[in-house]
Amino acid sequence: MSSASSAFSRRLRRGGGVRRFVSHAFLTAFSVVFATPILWLLVTSIKSDKELYANPPVLFPKNPRWENYADVFKVIDFPGMTWNTFLVSALSVVGVLISAPLVAYACSHIEWRGKNIVFAIVIGTLLLPYQVTMIPTYIIWGKLGLIGTYVPLVLPAFVSAGAGYYIFMLRQFFMTLPASLIQAAKIDGASELRIYLQILMPLSKPIIATVGVLLFLATWSDFLGPLLYLNNEKDYTLSLGLYAFMQTHYIMWEKLMAAAAMFTLPIIVLFFFAQKQFIEGIKLTGIKG
Amino acid sequence: MTGLLFSSPFLIGFALFTLYPIGASLAYSFTDFNMFKSPTWVGLDNYRWVFQEDEVWKSIRNTLYMVLFATPVSLIVGLLLAQLLNIKVRGQSIYRTLFYIPSIVPAIATSLVWMWVLNPKSGLINTALDFIGIRGPNWLLDPVWTKPALILMGAWGAGGTMIIFLAALQDVPKSLYESAEIDGAGKIRKFANITLPTISPIILFQLIMGLITYFQYFAQAFMLASMSNSGSVQTMAGPEKSLLFYAILLYREAFVDFRMGHASAMAWVLFVITSVVTYAIFRTSNRWVTYGGD
Repeated sequence: MSSASSAFSRRLRRGGGVRRFVSHAFLTAFSVVFATPILWLLVTSIKSDKELYANPPVLFPKNPRWENYADVFKVIDFPGMTWNTFLVSALSVVGVLISAPLVAYACSHIEWRGKNIVFAIVIGTLLLPYQVTMIPTYIIWGKLGLIGTYVPLVLPAFVSAGAGYYIFMLRQFFMTLPASLIQAAKIDGASELRIYLQILMPLSKPIIATVGVLLFLATWSDFLGPLLYLNNEKDYTLSLGLYAFMQTHYIMWEKLMAAAAMFTLPIIVLFFFAQKQFIEGIKLTGIKG
Repeated sequence: MTGLLFSSPFLIGFALFTLYPIGASLAYSFTDFNMFKSPTWVGLDNYRWVFQEDEVWKSIRNTLYMVLFATPVSLIVGLLLAQLLNIKVRGQSIYRTLFYIPSIVPAIATSLVWMWVLNPKSGLINTALDFIGIRGPNWLLDPVWTKPALILMGAWGAGGTMIIFLAALQDVPKSLYESAEIDGAGKIRKFANITLPTISPIILFQLIMGLITYFQYFAQAFMLASMSNSGSVQTMAGPEKSLLFYAILLYREAFVDFRMGHASAMAWVLFVITSVVTYAIFRTSNRWVTYGGD
């Protein structure tokens, strides 16, 4: 070690305390900024309507009105809508997880003539605005008499329609798996299907979980799809239900906040169970570099 | 053959839900079509309407505003947060969770929360501004402030962008920083000369995904526009049409007024605009994106 570099590391140590303090100060400040709207949502959801506009603002209501939550249940069929949302999200996840890894495999470890063309198509669908296909697709479902059902929301997932981003993630992950492994299996006479099911799938559990979680979140939050295709209140998903609820209760902020909190809660629970998939999943793919 | 077999579910989906709709949408864009009667050919009338209608231009200006400002704001906030999280101090996983959670709150709930946070009288932001003696704007009713409000919402949800940047930052080889330190490079020079070039492919990726998102900006604005009680439930445009975004006008033409021809022409114009912009960015990207050798 040269003396210059040891002098450098001494300077680093001395400055360390101040630097750490400044870092924590910034991190804490940003944390407050990011967490406050959610805390404000929760606090508002248990206020009485008188406390809503109080000046100075009520930071914590004296008598928390948990009834706000019960009131939401009285007006909208919350359990029903939660189930609808869950059903649509879960079926979409199943559909994409069946069909997307297949094409991602065909775009990575299978050598065939169409490989690059199919991958180019996948990337192309990523860049295509939803609005271009929205109207004809709506008309097809209309002709089939399926508007007002979950079919238009769920069936496309089984053929990976609109799943370009997830196919891309899966493909990037597959590319990181050693080709020699697959070559060896081929030499042993394993069929592509066996390689796919018995070698590729077990190795890909982490990325499959990540795609599943991200897709579940995306479908859970989707608004435009349900807005287009669902017209019976009993079939509404939570996004649509919350929108409808807002239109009829737009000054009752305490109840709107209670509804928003209930809508978001399952996602937060999912986050704490699947933190790894949310946070570290992205590292599994080539997207980062 | 096996490749084709494995791709077939996707290819069937592509044919049914992408290729056919693209063709049909192009065909509809040359017709007068309301979904109840069969389409009649009108030539370029719909495109003429797109380029002559004031509301379309208004929606293009509003959308470009979001594309030009909200995309960079989200990227910068995402990168800033990632940079903060990449410092070695204790408690980072807690900070990371706090920064990330807003981004997974569903769009409709986010809009609802922010409508309340931005409430001019008793909202959190204006109360805080009031505390330091500033009279906050009438965020959601003043046409000048509706889009900044949406940009603020977008920045709050930058956690997804942050996570991708963080993964990229953690991948920058330490040796690069160490040799720069020996050369006496300061923080800013290290960031500009090492960090930015190394993560530039990710910046490109996020930039394109961000542009696509904001060109199709819909749910949050739709929610806000149906809220303001200025009769805009029908027009979905917000105060003085300041929330009339391209995707909202397109939705309104198609599913409220049943002018499928207008909407299809609008969709194609959007397609051309996003393609041109994406292509232009890719073309210029070789000037600022560096791909490290493996």
